[in-house]
Amino acid sequence: MTSLIQGLSRWAIPLLLLGITTLGLSKRVPIYESFVEGAKEGWQTALRILPYLVGMLVAIQVFQHSGALDRLIDLVSPLTNFLGFPREVLPLALMRPISGSGSLALLSQTFATFGPDSLVGRVAATVMGSTETSLYVLTVYAGSVGLKRTRHTLATSLISDVAGVLAALYIVLHYFA
Amino acid sequence: MINYIWFFMILGGVITSASKGQINLVTEGVLKGSEQAVLVALGLIGIVSFWSGVMRIAQDAGLMEMIARALGPVARKLFPEVPSHHPAMGALLVAMSANILGLGNACTPLGLKAMGHLQELNGDKETASNAMCTFMALTSSSLTVIPTTIIALRLTHGSASPTEIIGPILIATTCSTLTALAVDALLRRFSKKR
Repeated sequence: MTSLIQGLSRWAIPLLLLGITTLGLSKRVPIYESFVEGAKEGWQTALRILPYLVGMLVAIQVFQHSGALDRLIDLVSPLTNFLGFPREVLPLALMRPISGSGSLALLSQTFATFGPDSLVGRVAATVMGSTETSLYVLTVYAGSVGLKRTRHTLATSLISDVAGVLAALYIVLHYFA
Repeated sequence: MINYIWFFMILGGVITSASKGQINLVTEGVLKGSEQAVLVALGLIGIVSFWSGVMRIAQDAGLMEMIARALGPVARKLFPEVPSHHPAMGALLVAMSANILGLGNACTPLGLKAMGHLQELNGDKETASNAMCTFMALTSSSLTVIPTTIIALRLTHGSASPTEIIGPILIATTCSTLTALAVDALLRRFSKKR
C-alpha cells in the first residue's frame, strides 16, 4: 500500500506532463510556442504576490519569533484540556493555518517525541492532513489577482480548520479504539 | 477581519517582546519575515511559469473543455456563476484535481491560474467574487486525499503502518471541506459584493 501510494505520487507529475504534451501534439498545437506564451505570465504573478507575502509573513514572524504564539498556546490550553484535546498537539493546530514549514517541523518533532503510532502522533498527523495553511493560501491567491477584499473567506477557512481539528480528534479516538 | 488579525499578530508580538525585555525580537521578526517573503516569491517564479506554460498547452489542445464537460455537473453546482464553456471552469477543475491528488508544488501555480481566469469574470477587480470565495475556501480547507508528505514522515519516524492514517485523514478532511462549503454558502449572504 505504502509503495503503491509513493509510486503514484512519484509518477503523477511526469505522466501529467507527458499526457498534456502528447495530447497537444495530436491536436496539432505548436506545444513549445504555446508553453512559452503561457509561461510569460509566471513572472508577473510572482511579483504581484510579493507585497501581500511581505505583509503577512512579517506579521507571522513577529508573532512567532517574539514568543507570542507560545503564550497564546499557554492561554488556550486549559480550554482544550477540558475538551480532551491533547495539549501536545495544540502548537501544531495553532501553527497550521499560518505556516506550512513551521507546522511540518512541529509534526516531525511530535513524531520524534511521542512516536508516529501514539495517540498524540496520530491526532497530529490527522490534524495536519485535514487542514491547510489557510493564511498562506489566501494571501497568495488573493494577491495574485490583486484583490483587496476577500469578504468572508478568511472566516470560512478558519472555521473549517477548527472543524478539521475537532474532527481529527474525534475520529482518531474512535477509529483506533 | 484580516486587518484585525494582522494587527493582533503585531500587537501580540510587540507586547510579548516588551514584557520579556527583548524588544529586538520584533525587529528580527520583521527582517526574517521580509526575507522569507522574497524567497517564497522568487521560488514561485520558475514553477508558476512552468505550470502556466503547461496549462496553456492543455488549453490550446482543448483539454480544459474536456475536463469541464466530464466534471461539469458537480462544478456547475459549486460555481454556478462560472459559464461551463469558460476557461475558468477547466482551470478550476484542474487546480482542484491537483489538490486532491496532493501534487505538492503544482497546486499553487494551478490555483493561481484558476484565480486569474476567475478575475476575468469578476466585475469589481478589488473584491473577491462568489466563485473566488468558494474556490479559496475549498483550497484552504485541504482537499488532499493522499497525504504523501505525512505518510513519508511517518515512515521515517518508524511507524509500524505509515498508511493507516489515510482513513482518518480522509474522514477528517471531508468534514473540514463540507464545513467550508456550508460556511461559505451561509456567510456569502452577509458579505455581499459592494
